[in-house]
Amino acid sequence: MSLRIVVTVKYVPDATGDRHFADDLTVDRDDVDGLLSELDEYAVEQALQISENSDDDVEITVLTVGPEDAKDALRKALSMGADKAIHVEDDDLHGTDAIGTSLVLAKAIEKAGYDLVVSGMASTDGTMGVVPALLAERLGVPQVTLLSEVSVEDGTVKGRRDGDAATEQLEASLPAVVSVTDQSGEARYPSFRGIMAAKKKPVESWDLSDLDIDEDEVGLENAYTTVESATERPARTAGTIVKDEGEGGKQLAEFLAGQKFI
Amino acid sequence: MAEVLVYVDHVDGAVRKPTLELLTLARRVGEPVAVALGSGAGDTAAALAEHGAVKVLTHEAAEYGDYLVVPKVDALQAAVEAVSPAAVLVPSSAEGKEIAARLALRLGSGIITDAVDLEAGDEGPVATQSVFAAAFTTKSRVSKGTPVITVKPNSAAVEPAPAAGAVEALSVSFSAAATGTKVTSRTARESTGRPELTEAAIVVSGGRGVNGAENFAIIEALADSLGAAVGASRAAVDAGWYPHTNQVGQTGKSVSPQLYIASGISGAIQHRAGMQTSKTIVAINKDAEAPIFELVDYGVVGDLFDVVPQLTEEVKSRKG
Ligand SMILES: Cc1cc2nc3c(=O)[nH]c(=O)nc-3n(C[C@H](O)[C@H](O)[C@H](O)COP(=O)(O)OP(=O)(O)OC[C@H]3O[C@@H](n4cnc5c(N)ncnc54)[C@H](O)[C@@H]3O)c2cc1C
Ligand SMILES: Cc1cc2nc3c(=O)[nH]c(=O)nc-3n(C[C@H](O)[C@H](O)[C@H](O)COP(=O)(O)OP(=O)(O)OC[C@H]3O[C@@H](n4cnc5c(N)ncnc54)[C@H](O)[C@@H]3O)c2cc1C
Repeated sequence: MSLRIVVTVKYVPDATGDRHFADDLTVDRDDVDGLLSELDEYAVEQALQISENSDDDVEITVLTVGPEDAKDALRKALSMGADKAIHVEDDDLHGTDAIGTSLVLAKAIEKAGYDLVVSGMASTDGTMGVVPALLAERLGVPQVTLLSEVSVEDGTVKGRRDGDAATEQLEASLPAVVSVTDQSGEARYPSFRGIMAAKKKPVESWDLSDLDIDEDEVGLENAYTTVESATERPARTAGTIVKDEGEGGKQLAEFLAGQKFI
Repeated sequence: MAEVLVYVDHVDGAVRKPTLELLTLARRVGEPVAVALGSGAGDTAAALAEHGAVKVLTHEAAEYGDYLVVPKVDALQAAVEAVSPAAVLVPSSAEGKEIAARLALRLGSGIITDAVDLEAGDEGPVATQSVFAAAFTTKSRVSKGTPVITVKPNSAAVEPAPAAGAVEALSVSFSAAATGTKVTSRTARESTGRPELTEAAIVVSGGRGVNGAENFAIIEALADSLGAAVGASRAAVDAGWYPHTNQVGQTGKSVSPQLYIASGISGAIQHRAGMQTSKTIVAINKDAEAPIFELVDYGVVGDLFDVVPQLTEEVKSRKG
């Protein structure tokens, strides 16, 4: 038996950098360094663990949709231990929204072939948390999402989902789409050997024509949503800061009373 | 006037506050028609009518509890087909966003998630989002199909606006995909008696500086004196001092209370992402250089083990 896992990984601007928007109101990706979305490291980690716990022959493919630099995200995932990578890159993809992104990912996943898709819980830039559900809908397979624990055995995926009101145990047959949270277990650091090995692993590049996607199905012009304006939040006015000399709690109470919180 | 569908988040018929907020926002763009699903759906009608629902579409079936997400998508799709609404509004919970996304895809529509405000525009509803850890505010709209928008808790005041709230049974036929993901067990979270984190007017949070699970008692004591919810940083959660369900931040809850009090929290970008839109921010931290102080309306540089208990005592005595 063999198990083909596709892990979707997004290349995002570093959250600790000064992120902002370009003139066309898309994310300015030139000014801030990009990296593999940290939440997708958890997805790669869980795919590796599924592989390590399996008696089957497991092949892990990492997939990204993004500009040239997005290869960095693939390299990182390969150096953690994934087997191969697919990069979907096309100038017409600039400004694609969640609906369009899910189309491109779904077509690429189908072309790659899969038994299991593993995604992060959300990207660290758009932070929508909808792409895994969209993929399940497009692929017509079960969604087993927001898992803090995941396991695969005998063609069945099981996992734990910690919701607002309850913790649920979920179960579905493969093929399926899974997303994992940052509670699923610390992601490993690439070893030196892993980094060296990654350089030799195959990275395929596909464009829209490889996926039979029309240019009018994606991109900023064809997005299903339109951003009308983006304004930087005004800096907060400097607050009052006091040093505790024994009365700090009382002073704070005085402030809170003045604001009618007490 | 055009109708607007509002997806109802409820627990056995008790409507959660974010849904009532949605009804306020929905009235700005049309006439709210609520969709309540699952056990207790019919019991939601009175509260929904009280807050502006002209109609309440209900459907009860075991599938909503036994399978993940898809049965609810099927039902909302049936409601859209029955009503042809001008927009569909869904509370921005993790599940709400997944339901909304799949619905949008089926309708050939765009989706906007995590709106913090909504107004009527010439070309349909315009949603405000707070993005990049609240560093930017964007205004967006759905440009194709029926707008599907998810809205964060605390985005509008709950306003009573009595309406007919006529209950109608929704007819739903489940898709083949509906039973794809089985919920094999469900353990309800025990109530702490404190307000719900995302809905609370005041949140008192503790971080790594609290230094131990047992010390969270002083955070809880302050919270209780103020009638507040308790939050925690990821560092505190990862250390096992407080449950993950109380985590505030990018991968935890995002909160937007009237007052946020951070104790022993440095203010990392991922934490800020979840609390930066709070109206008034207060921090207690012994490091004067902690980034959290860049955000505060009032900050105390000091040891939380001195400041927090003193504050609690003072709150109690002032409240008498
Ligand atoms: C601040 C901001 C706000 C936005 N708001 C909206 C909006 O309201 N509506 C809208 O339609 N679009 C919006 N977008 C665009 C949207 O974020 C992108 O289209 C995006 O690729 C899909 O959404 P996400 O990144 O939020 O994914 P999420 O759903 O948060 O990502 C979940 C997982 O999906 C996978 N994934 C997502 N994107 C990719 C990718 N390109 N390559 C590989 N894997 C991927 C990853 O595994 C990731 O962990 C917004 C973008 C930004 C930066
Ligand atoms: C992908 C990703 C997602 C994340 N999501 C989240 C999230 O959702 N929420 C979140 O919080 N973090 C999140 N983080 C982690 C985040 O980056 C920080 O590590 C975390 O917020 C730090 O928590 P802290 O402020 O409690 O701890 P620290 O940064 O260690 O700060 C502790 C603070 O306590 C102060 N202190 C210590 N002792 C005392 C005392 N006796 N009295 C007063 N002050 C004291 C110290 O001066 C210090 O400022 C995420 C990280 C990543 C990479």
